[in-house]
Amino acid sequence: MTRAESTAAGGVAAGSVSLRRPRPRYGEAVIRGALFAAALLSVATTVGIVVALIVPTVEFFAEVSVLDFLTGTEWAPLFARPKFGVLPLLVGTLVVTVVALIVAIPLGLGAATFLSEYATDRVRRVLKPVLEVLAGIPTVVYGFFALTFVTPLLQDIWLFGDPPEGFNALSAGIVMGIMIVPTVASLSEDAMSAVPADLKAGGYALGSSKRQVATRVTFPAALSGIVAAIVLAISRAVGETMIVLVAAGGTPNLSADPREAMQTMTAFIGAAGIGDQPVGSIGYKTIFAVGSLLFVITLVMNAVSIRLVRKFREVYE
Amino acid sequence: MDNSPSADDAPTSADAPQPAATGSGLADPALHLDTPTRAGRREIPEQPKDPVMLLRDVAVYYGGFRAVKDVNLDFGRREITALIGPSGCGKSTVLRCLNRMNDLVRGARVAGSITYHDQDLYGPKVDPIVVRRSIGMVFQKPNPFPKSIYDNIAYGPRVTGMKPGSMDELVEQALRGAALWDEVKDKLKQNAYSLSGGQQQRLCIARCIAVNPDVILMDEPCSALDPIATARIEDLMIELADRYTIIIVTHNMQQAARVADRTAFFTAEADATTGERTGLLVEYDRTGAMFHNPRDRRTEDYISGRFG
Amino acid sequence: MSTTQTTGVEDPAVAEATSHADLTAGQRSIKDVLFYVGMLASLGIAFTALVALIALMLVQGWPRLNLDLITHFPSSIPARAGAESAVLGSIWVVGFTALFTIPLGVAAAVYLEEFADKQRWYNRLIELNIQNLAAVPSIVYGILGLGLIVQAAGLGQVVLAASLTLTLLVLPTVIIAAREAIRAVPDSIRAGSLALGATQWQTVWRQVLPASVPGIATGVILALSRAIGEAAPLVLLGGLTFIQFNPSGLDSPFTVLPIQIFNWVSRPQDEFEVLAAAAGVVLLVILLAMNSIAILVRNRFQRRW
Repeated sequence: MTRAESTAAGGVAAGSVSLRRPRPRYGEAVIRGALFAAALLSVATTVGIVVALIVPTVEFFAEVSVLDFLTGTEWAPLFARPKFGVLPLLVGTLVVTVVALIVAIPLGLGAATFLSEYATDRVRRVLKPVLEVLAGIPTVVYGFFALTFVTPLLQDIWLFGDPPEGFNALSAGIVMGIMIVPTVASLSEDAMSAVPADLKAGGYALGSSKRQVATRVTFPAALSGIVAAIVLAISRAVGETMIVLVAAGGTPNLSADPREAMQTMTAFIGAAGIGDQPVGSIGYKTIFAVGSLLFVITLVMNAVSIRLVRKFREVYE
Repeated sequence: MDNSPSADDAPTSADAPQPAATGSGLADPALHLDTPTRAGRREIPEQPKDPVMLLRDVAVYYGGFRAVKDVNLDFGRREITALIGPSGCGKSTVLRCLNRMNDLVRGARVAGSITYHDQDLYGPKVDPIVVRRSIGMVFQKPNPFPKSIYDNIAYGPRVTGMKPGSMDELVEQALRGAALWDEVKDKLKQNAYSLSGGQQQRLCIARCIAVNPDVILMDEPCSALDPIATARIEDLMIELADRYTIIIVTHNMQQAARVADRTAFFTAEADATTGERTGLLVEYDRTGAMFHNPRDRRTEDYISGRFG
Repeated sequence: MSTTQTTGVEDPAVAEATSHADLTAGQRSIKDVLFYVGMLASLGIAFTALVALIALMLVQGWPRLNLDLITHFPSSIPARAGAESAVLGSIWVVGFTALFTIPLGVAAAVYLEEFADKQRWYNRLIELNIQNLAAVPSIVYGILGLGLIVQAAGLGQVVLAASLTLTLLVLPTVIIAAREAIRAVPDSIRAGSLALGATQWQTVWRQVLPASVPGIATGVILALSRAIGEAAPLVLLGGLTFIQFNPSGLDSPFTVLPIQIFNWVSRPQDEFEVLAAAAGVVLLVILLAMNSIAILVRNRFQRRW
């Protein structure tokens, strides 16, 4: 039998093949360009943020010295005799953030450990969306919750000394902590789940209990991922506006007592924005000056968090 | 590689197994070609006549790493050529160069020349997309698109701008060509994922022939399939070789023995100084000749199961 | 601690402190139990807070949870006040946000996943930049909107300015989610398409995108639900004005539901607090509906490769 008999159909006749592009594909290039432009918009956004912040901020510091701004202990920019010491806002932010972390870190890590090490797939499939719902509740609703429920509750059950004021950093911080539990939990869980099963099996092979494996094997191995989660949580707490605006009050207050009313950086920006400052006034510029400070702080946090996550991925992925 | 012409030495059925005579080569009795082989049934000229593709001193680099070197091969028209060898020997790498799928790997570079229909496959004006329209590929794992069976077949003709008189007819032809029509003719609108693994792979072959290629590359097409599905694909390959040039990578020597007209054996060797392992072509011959009478010690060791 | 014979991976607590002779359970240490209880308590507290929050809103808002709430305009008389303009404002603002965000976000994700050469510095910059933008506080986007969109571009405090600001705010989230969905499409599909002679764009448009639609949809819905609940940036864009009419175009002044809630919370009268709770319930219902759709899409349509 020879092949010649069966070559009648199909195939491409020899010599008739050209491998060149029949006509240029301009469409592909145009599409590619458009897609690139869409991606580039994100860079434009960052540039936009920096530009929007920088011009009024520079103008602000032409009128107020940087040193006074960073070290002054009184913040009253909208008064007839304005004071531009940002420390009270920074301290307010710090107090609320610390309270939030005290709530969020243990709860978030507890939830993450359970989801990653103990929960069956079915349990996880139910619990994770519920946690996501917690992350999706509007912050203004959380603020309402802090003001009308948590604060009265704290006042009722307070045992030592004076109870918290009607507006206070404590209830805002607690509720903010609840809000960022999902942030801590989901990122930490990712990190813990990424720890190779071999490593854990090694722990079990030595006769360790689940708890011992979780705390001595998984936890240290996932540490940079967990730290990244916490740093990101800090960044979210520092940047959160509505809860503090609603529940922590509107008075700048250089105090470390969370029972008192305080104003955070974000709450100041929000409050000043509501006040509709005339463009070009010093009040308008303070929004941008405080905004710049907030942006720089969160930028550093985010950079640290992104770097830690990357480091973690390099090790295990 | 043996390039000495010897036209007189026409292959005959004498190429069939003669274990007693050759002695070496077939340690494994299973290799005794108890299934009728294509090599046994067809006359294969010693040298490929009218080769479709010529590879000269081909080497493939990934970045600074040389994956395979010194490949000289001629692929015969409407023949089945098998590329075999231990893992890491560069056989799949070579296959992927033939329709420029290696372009998709970052840092991949081809040295030497690959000539296809008198054109340099890596020439400056050559469009890889056009290349892939005439040199199709079937992959290791069946990879149907998550669409209906019909749309899987029609996809190629649609994207390549073919204007068939009737798409339905074209789909039917392609499915018949891949011996799948009878099994799926009543469920063309069903998702391709509802098919079995073997059917999926035949669907991928049908999808490939729907764009009427010249050459079909197959990268271990049966490695994810059970023996029955494998046998069907092998039969199909032999059928398809009447119309298409087929180049198949396989890790399965029996498979090469069963279907291939010619076989190229690759191996990997470590560089004496750097220790870097590079694949290379050891021997290229008619399948029967190679399995019964390998010329190279390394080939003999491999097919007799001493390594790999 | 023992153990060569122990293979007790199923219940490793058993292995702990077991003697060679005794492999029975029941020796879970007190620490293990406390640890377990602690973890359950963490989840318990979080979920209790969630339940408490929802219950509070319902109980507080109940007296005003009726159609009047969304068919009356804001008013300084609590009995007559409603959130019609806020609900419609939210729909307008978020509707346009969706319109802008979906094509931009998907396009950027497609570029980064399918076209970008990741070794190039500018592509890495874009990627890093998106990760960072996703964590920039929303009020900073408000400042961007105020400084560039409202003032510099002269758009004023209108629906378009709010939609553009929210678009920039949620874009990073949408891009990240869309990238994940696109990445989940196995390379074998791309290879199969390219091997048939499809161009890269044909492969993306006809194979990769259709296969990743469920994932993208989930991400988009979640991102938009974030946009619906967002108040802080819009406060800076003048969303807190007293508006007694519905938006009629991109150039209409606006307010949105979360800001209306904020407005009512900040008032001293208790009646407004009730209104705030009722409006909060409306907002939560919208969000829960969107979240459920997202989860449904994810569970029903997402292909496991």
